[in-house]
Amino acid sequence: MKTVLSVAGAALALFLTIAMFGGAGWTHPPMANKQTGFRGTGMDLIRTRAGNEELAEANRAPPPADPADASGDKASAVYENVQVLGDLSAEQFNRVMVSITEWVAPQQGCTYCHSTENMASDELYQKRVARRMLQMTQYVNSTWKENHVHEAGVTCYTCHRGNPVPANIWFDTPPPGASSKFIPRNNGQNRASANVGLTSLPYGVFDEYYAKKDLPDSFVRVNATTALPESKSKPIQDAERTFAIMITMSQALGVNCTFCHNTRSVAQWETSTPNRVHAWYGVKMVRELNADYMRPLTTTFPAARLGPTGDVAKISCATCHNGANKPLNGAKVIEPYPELAHPTTQVSLPVGEAKDPIPGTTTPTPKPPM
Amino acid sequence: MAMLSYERKYRVRGGTLLGGDLFDFWIGPFFVGFFGVTGLFFTVLGTALVIYGAAIGPTWNIWQINIAPPDISYGLKLAPLKEGGLWQIITMCALGSFGSWALREVEICRKLGIGYHVPIAFSMAIFAYFTLEVIRPLLMGAWGYGFPYGILSHLDWVSNTGYQYLHFHYNPAHMLAVTFFFTTTLALAMHGGLILSSTNPGKGEMVKTPEHEDTFFRDTIGYSIGTLGVHRLGWFLALAAGFWSAVCIVISGPFWTQGWPEWWGWWLNLPVWR
Repeated sequence: MKTVLSVAGAALALFLTIAMFGGAGWTHPPMANKQTGFRGTGMDLIRTRAGNEELAEANRAPPPADPADASGDKASAVYENVQVLGDLSAEQFNRVMVSITEWVAPQQGCTYCHSTENMASDELYQKRVARRMLQMTQYVNSTWKENHVHEAGVTCYTCHRGNPVPANIWFDTPPPGASSKFIPRNNGQNRASANVGLTSLPYGVFDEYYAKKDLPDSFVRVNATTALPESKSKPIQDAERTFAIMITMSQALGVNCTFCHNTRSVAQWETSTPNRVHAWYGVKMVRELNADYMRPLTTTFPAARLGPTGDVAKISCATCHNGANKPLNGAKVIEPYPELAHPTTQVSLPVGEAKDPIPGTTTPTPKPPM
Repeated sequence: MAMLSYERKYRVRGGTLLGGDLFDFWIGPFFVGFFGVTGLFFTVLGTALVIYGAAIGPTWNIWQINIAPPDISYGLKLAPLKEGGLWQIITMCALGSFGSWALREVEICRKLGIGYHVPIAFSMAIFAYFTLEVIRPLLMGAWGYGFPYGILSHLDWVSNTGYQYLHFHYNPAHMLAVTFFFTTTLALAMHGGLILSSTNPGKGEMVKTPEHEDTFFRDTIGYSIGTLGVHRLGWFLALAAGFWSAVCIVISGPFWTQGWPEWWGWWLNLPVWR
């Protein structure tokens, strides 16, 4: 009996050791060096050279289309129902259309958005969504140029990466305990979700931080500002929620806490890096995009494209950043597409009945918490 | 400092590793030896450089004095004195004096004809320091990854270096090290308590022997490690604490770049329940 137990124990230990060494994803030098704070503060980006190259390769921007002739008849004169890009020449307009196809629906082609019988028709929901997304792109590249996207700008490709639905979107988290009667309350945590870096922290934090525009700046703050408590302080759950949303940002940008903060006092702006200012504006931007552009599209999308609680797909840092601190390695993707850099025309929100997606395209389901 | 009458017989010549008879003498209660001299040299030089660093720095506030390593951009090269070069020389001095102290302990062990358990134990502490300031920076490719010399500044480094991995408490080697540190204090407290209890039995009672001590633990947990064994245990626990401390920092960066919580993915992905 003792021998059997010893052998079984040794086999289990061996198996776990192999799993730990082989399955954890260990790396090795040489390292890529990047310092984010004063020397000796321990503020550094920690990446291997191989990992850095892999990341750069995964985020390479596609080459822009050849410039098109600006002269000639306007798109609005040549084609019907051109509401946003009508001021372009027909050639320029077609160039953008071809680029969008490559960025968003390279496999599905033009007919992902356009009816084959009538290209001008708004029959397909994809076309109505795309029109709103064009406006969103213009809004991001103009209103948020100074504070967040700068000269790099964004195109459809920044988020879509050749997918009709961007890979890193989020939906509201269904209330806990929906599938099991044994855990009616878990405070939305302890599920080792990939969003929060497999920690036990709350995993549904996007709903709380990125869905609404009017959150006070103090929402994320949990540190005391006085030496002794002078009023009722925030509960520990708020601190965990803050830690969780910070980890989601870190995961989204492929950076650690010290990319923005000197953790001797994470709340203090004077000792933080300039990256924190970009991030602060980025959070505001994400909230506006979700509230003003994504949420109103809820009824435009077919049910199959909505989340488990019937909500529309929404944006977080990861949607554009895709694991890189500068999306698409900071390439100035907007430069060859000036028509996407500024709002052109004001058009009303898309209307119309939702139709089923084109057969053969897949709807990504929200990642269930692990 | 008068010498005890029997102390002289232990003060024998020889047993030195280096220097022969050169420094083989005592000053008052202290054995000097070749490594006493080198230790003193490195200590005085290193301390003087720290004071010089403070003098050219912005503050004399003892909490805020900071001798920082060079920028990462210097890599493994020498840096200008005022931009991390001081840190590099002070690190050499620290290792010189710690090493001298350990070797002086070895020489004293040799004179007495006892084992090397004390210098070996001290060497584990030096190894942990060497890992932090030399091995890990070498693996990372820059001296700038070492911790700075300063009471608060080195704590800021600890905080930031921890947050480089999002949540350092998920580092498995850190877990082991912390566990060993706490177990060391637990073992020491229980051992100290046991000895004090058997030598302070109360008025009118005889002082008790190791038989009583053994019986106490046999009654309590069914096993007593014994009078010699408890010291082996304490030595092992303390050294394991230092060893795993060194491991937990040397794997952070060179062999793991993500958040430490993510390391546990291997456990979540075990085919048993994946």
